[in-house]
Amino acid sequence: MRSTVPLPLTLFAVLVYLFLMGPLVIVIGAALSDTSYLTFPPQGLTLRWFEKIFEMAAFRRTIVTSIQIAFLATAIALVIGIPAAYALNRFRIQLPGWLSTIFVLPVLVPEIVLGFALLRSVATSWELPIFATLLIGHTLIVLPYCVRVVSASLASFDFSVEEAAISLGSPPLKTFFTVVLPNIKAGVIAAFILAFITSINDVSVSLFLTGPGVSTLPIQILAHVEQFFDPVIASVSVLLMLLTVAVMAVVERTLGLTFLAK
Amino acid sequence: MTQALTLKNLTAHYGTTKVLDDLSLEVPAGELVSLLGASGCGKTTTLRLVAGFLEPTSGSITLGGKDLTRLPAHKRDIGLVFQSYALFPHLSVADNVGFGLKQRGVGAADRAKRVTAMLERVGLAHLADRLPGALSGGQRQRVALARALVIEPPLLMFDEPLSNLDARLRLEMRAEIRTLQRANGTTSVFVTHDQEEAFSISDRVAIMHAGQIMQYDTPEVLYQRPANEFVARFVGYDNLIPMQVAARDGARVTAAAQGAELILSQDDFGAIPDCFVLAARPEGLLVSDQGIPARLGLRTYLGRSYQYVCETPLGSLLATSPLSDVREPGSAVHLAPNPAQCCILPAA
Repeated sequence: MRSTVPLPLTLFAVLVYLFLMGPLVIVIGAALSDTSYLTFPPQGLTLRWFEKIFEMAAFRRTIVTSIQIAFLATAIALVIGIPAAYALNRFRIQLPGWLSTIFVLPVLVPEIVLGFALLRSVATSWELPIFATLLIGHTLIVLPYCVRVVSASLASFDFSVEEAAISLGSPPLKTFFTVVLPNIKAGVIAAFILAFITSINDVSVSLFLTGPGVSTLPIQILAHVEQFFDPVIASVSVLLMLLTVAVMAVVERTLGLTFLAK
Repeated sequence: MTQALTLKNLTAHYGTTKVLDDLSLEVPAGELVSLLGASGCGKTTTLRLVAGFLEPTSGSITLGGKDLTRLPAHKRDIGLVFQSYALFPHLSVADNVGFGLKQRGVGAADRAKRVTAMLERVGLAHLADRLPGALSGGQRQRVALARALVIEPPLLMFDEPLSNLDARLRLEMRAEIRTLQRANGTTSVFVTHDQEEAFSISDRVAIMHAGQIMQYDTPEVLYQRPANEFVARFVGYDNLIPMQVAARDGARVTAAAQGAELILSQDDFGAIPDCFVLAARPEGLLVSDQGIPARLGLRTYLGRSYQYVCETPLGSLLATSPLSDVREPGSAVHLAPNPAQCCILPAA
């Protein structure tokens, strides 16, 4: 027996895909256009707008800052998030239920509010350098992802495996690194990637925390588009997309994207 | 190498809930002792206390004269076998078995030799390079056993090790555990909720309830001479009948309860106190012409006999008739004790 998809459903699916993909196609098309203004469909084909990105010091600088912040914020969030996720799962019975909710709160607070709060407290009262302030903000927004994804991985980890290692003479801390960590590796990698992408694409929090001389790529894109309307903006957007896609491709290859849907 | 395990006045709490209440137990060197009871009776708590994963509120744990009570778990040198096997998923079978030796600083060459020898003993030498995920349940249990045995611990502990296996494999593994334990003479503690398993594998069984040991003895004694009503019910004395002695005539005792009378002989039961509880298995009450008046209810065919639910002045009782004497539900009969399947308990 062959089941056929009804025509209206097929049409609907096609429309949804168009809706999702349309903007991407327009941006990619505009980035390749051989004109000095943004246009679609592209007129002529060129890669010179991509070269242009790297000729502009502001973009070069912000790309580096964005990647630095994303790496550092993700690393710090993992250093905090992995032990937190471990404790939340290992002592699930003893701990109150609301404790794990606390780690998700930064996601529930609108990022723009979080950004403003950080501006008022960290940036203005403590007068930390802009880079440090950005780092704190980004660490905060990626931490919930780290805790959640590592938790998902620990939820299916049998803690008697850890006890077995301890009973065989392995001290608890060593056991964490030699037995627990290798078995939640997939979750840690997934958390890293998710956090990295979240940080590199962030606008709302960075908007408040960037300042003279130090900015991130998305904020620089905003600043650029306020003054110019050339295809550089499209090409740099494509670059940001490619960065994300590249990272996702690595996940897909190593773990499968279904892992993130957990 | 064999050492006795002594638990003295152990009390433990989860938060404010008392889960172990002044428990004392002596496991003689080289014996296999089972902790038997329903879930929540404290048997796993006891095991976790001895392993060092929990701390007692008070009391002490000693193994071969050495006090373990405050020693960290990784320094206790106890072989553990878990219900979930708890193999290291990221290590090969050989590395799983060699893990404990590595922690003890045994060199690679010596380690490989001992691991291979151990895997041969449990019949898994050909699977040394596999990951645990590629093994069947029985094979995983064997690896877990090998991993615990290879460190030659003075004490082996099993936490419901067979409950994830199918029935046939369970019998096979049970025999294998017993054989290996006997051969090594390792003092062992076996936690289970399965009475048949506990009785068949153990030198002694501690029947636990509500954080206490109700009776600790050999399976034979537990089965034939339970010390109290809890143990009696646990080992299958379904009928517990409180009675008083009405008259004594030499060894012959007439006992009464709720107007029903039974004649019991002290030759069968030993001395019978004035107040006692008659504990009878379903086979211990036979459908008869004298004894406790009863009306037969639901009849169950058990292959070698029939079993009946009976309404009596003493409440609902389970009784038996041989295949040659089948009775119809609803008929009025009497129930007489069969001393071989009964015992006398002190009144509660």
